Amino acid sequence: MLMHSQSQVPTAPEANTPPILSLDGITKTFPGVKALSEVALNLYPGQVTALVGENGAGKSTVVKILTGIYQPDGGAIRVDGHATQFPTARAASDAGITAIHQETVLFDDLSVAENIFIGHAPRGRFGLIDWAAMERRSNEILKSIGATIDPAQKLRDLGIASKHLVAIARALSIDARVVIMDEPTAALSHKEIQELYELVEKLKAQGKAILFISHKFDEIFHIADRYTVFRDGQFIGEGMIDQVNEGQLVKMMVGRDVDHIFPKRESHIGDEVLKVVGYDHPTEFAEISFDLKRGEILGFYGLVGAGRSEFMQSLFGITRPSKGVVRIDGRVRVIRSPADAVANGIVYVPEDRGKQGAITALPIFQNVTLPSLGKTSKNGFLRLAEEFKLAREYTERLDLRAASLDTNVGNLSGGNQQKVVIAKWLATQPRVIILDEPTKGIDIGSKAAVHEFMAELAAQGLAVIMVSSEIPEILGMSDRAIIMREGRIVAELDGDDLTPETLVRHAAGISQGATT
Amino acid sequence: MIKSLTTSREVLLFAAIAVLLGLIATRFPGFVAPSNLADVFNDTSPLILLAIGQMIVILTKCIDLSVAANLALTGMVVAMINVAMPGVPVAVILVIAVGLGTLLGMINGLLVWKLDIPPIVVTLGTMTIFRGIIFLLSDGKWVNSHEMSATFKAFPRAEFLGLPVLSWTAILAVIVFTIVMTRTTLGRAFYAVGGNAHAATYTGINVGKTQFWAFTISGALAGLTGYLWVSRYAVAYVDIASGFELDVVAACVIGGVSIAGGLGSIGGALLGALFLGVIKNALPVINISPFWQLAISGSAIIIAVAVNARANREKGRIILKSAEQAA
Repeated sequence: MLMHSQSQVPTAPEANTPPILSLDGITKTFPGVKALSEVALNLYPGQVTALVGENGAGKSTVVKILTGIYQPDGGAIRVDGHATQFPTARAASDAGITAIHQETVLFDDLSVAENIFIGHAPRGRFGLIDWAAMERRSNEILKSIGATIDPAQKLRDLGIASKHLVAIARALSIDARVVIMDEPTAALSHKEIQELYELVEKLKAQGKAILFISHKFDEIFHIADRYTVFRDGQFIGEGMIDQVNEGQLVKMMVGRDVDHIFPKRESHIGDEVLKVVGYDHPTEFAEISFDLKRGEILGFYGLVGAGRSEFMQSLFGITRPSKGVVRIDGRVRVIRSPADAVANGIVYVPEDRGKQGAITALPIFQNVTLPSLGKTSKNGFLRLAEEFKLAREYTERLDLRAASLDTNVGNLSGGNQQKVVIAKWLATQPRVIILDEPTKGIDIGSKAAVHEFMAELAAQGLAVIMVSSEIPEILGMSDRAIIMREGRIVAELDGDDLTPETLVRHAAGISQGATT
Repeated sequence: MIKSLTTSREVLLFAAIAVLLGLIATRFPGFVAPSNLADVFNDTSPLILLAIGQMIVILTKCIDLSVAANLALTGMVVAMINVAMPGVPVAVILVIAVGLGTLLGMINGLLVWKLDIPPIVVTLGTMTIFRGIIFLLSDGKWVNSHEMSATFKAFPRAEFLGLPVLSWTAILAVIVFTIVMTRTTLGRAFYAVGGNAHAATYTGINVGKTQFWAFTISGALAGLTGYLWVSRYAVAYVDIASGFELDVVAACVIGGVSIAGGLGSIGGALLGALFLGVIKNALPVINISPFWQLAISGSAIIIAVAVNARANREKGRIILKSAEQAA
């Protein structure tokens, strides 16, 4: 890596104050994955540091290490220059570190004051909670951040922006010195974002060090004083935000070594299979139109929350669009339920395999045949011999190694569970297969196998939709890529237009003019 | 794997029942005489019938607390029909009992499916409503033995190949529902919905509808048991089988049916019911006070749940290569 540095982190010249908190050479390994490799991060009092990186760069892992949820395998955490450890979330909180998460972790049915002070409520006589003090101090804190919220109100009755304010008040109530904001604006309206900016300024004025994680470049350049870039779990560089431009940051984010060879494939693109025209949903997406051909892999790229999975679920009949037409082989089809989708040859391998994929308490063969029971049963009665035959055929095609098809899926490894889920769908002999983040959370070896398999499916004439947040995967696998942002298709790219820079630009909404 | 696990659990329960019978036999050899065991089985038959329905409901991650009230309401209705029209043949009575029970079960199922109300709330409500309806119908009065016709009362006691019809009904239900659960698409859907509702949805199974059918089956069996119960004991009143729903749930839990859904078998429910049946019948014989009967039943439930919880505990990820080979 080009600027790969550990202890001799290039500190910016303006830094005359030492950092409150610094990470030095932090490494964290999960089975099969090196999530962080000797990364550095410095947070200075009264300054906002933006942590920038693609999905999978290791940002969330750093947050979890900072808040005591994960323990690093190597490296040092320093608070005020002294090496320390956060064995528990409590220890991190005692050290004055607090995080405001993407999905704010609060209690809907408790009052605002209770939410602010839960876990460290002021105590009166006999160790009982001093409600009056709690309410008074809640009021003080809320006033200090300019929030007009009644501490006695139930949290449920507040809007998302106000809930964020409560989360921030909670952070202040423990006398936090370091505030971590993990995509705080993801769910906020424009006006609420402005209010958040003001609040960040207030926190800066109080000398807090702020770590600001965001995918949105306009925010980063508006609010941050410094930046730190991670890529694939590596520290790439850091510096003052006014000394870089968007183009340079994008380059640092995506410029990568080829760490994974994608299967070479020759696309034989055939006739149109699927055509979607004007798919709308009241709250999740709008004006989704595209077509898909036999033998094609169509990538769907976007930031988390761009509406890709929501649209796919609608296409699969789990949710209903308010408007829109689906044509399969030119004929209009109405898809009201997943059963309709499967009957029309569309299958969906969801992102969260644990939750939506396999039924772990059932054996392999029963999982594989579940959507094909129409074929393997007669008048509602199962024909087990047929089931075994079908299950054997498709698990063998995927080279699934298990002692027996009677093995409970819960006893298989993650990669093999994935194979069971894919076998299940292939057994329905689909025309269109939607793979939602097919390689998320699996190790490099299994990733390569999934990619090869995907290429094979396309070669056999299946039309593949691949939803992915990983740029190399989109570039390496797709014949064509559609980019979604805020529920709409913002670009459709293929050939030479399909580059890391164009993907990031369209997904993050950076205008074409703002280049280096 | 899961199959051997449940089988071993059932074997374990079977062994527990055998040990229990052995212990009782050391003091009262008469208890294990075939004729007495047949009596115990007959006595446990209503519990077996309801436990089968309950097991299917619990399998889909629901619970049916209204089964005993359903039984009582159906029992009262058929008893009153018998009093008003003694000439109605037993076959018609059976159709009415099963039909009414099915209807009551469908009400539960529809509320869970269409209105998305938690099953425990739905069936707690319908349980109270069913009991209330019995009171309205009967005016709080009892239907007594002398008011019922002889044929009405004779049916569950009629012997066939040495066993009463009541016992045969339970045996038949065990066979039919074992086939339903292991050999039909509906049975597979019950397991899929309880095992992972999201995954079931994605494979095109309608989760709510599957739960609706579970409640319908539970209701049908409760209705059938309603007639058998009232005719066997030759009495119907508001409070018959009061609290029996808890015995039914207990039988399922002891039989290894997971309250979290997706795990369980008809064989397990049968053995769970028999275990409770043996305890209930044996303890008075060896002169143990009713208080101890309750305490022992209660302990059996907790022990069974603890054993099952250990067996079902999620395995951690296998990280060590050596451990993977061993597994």
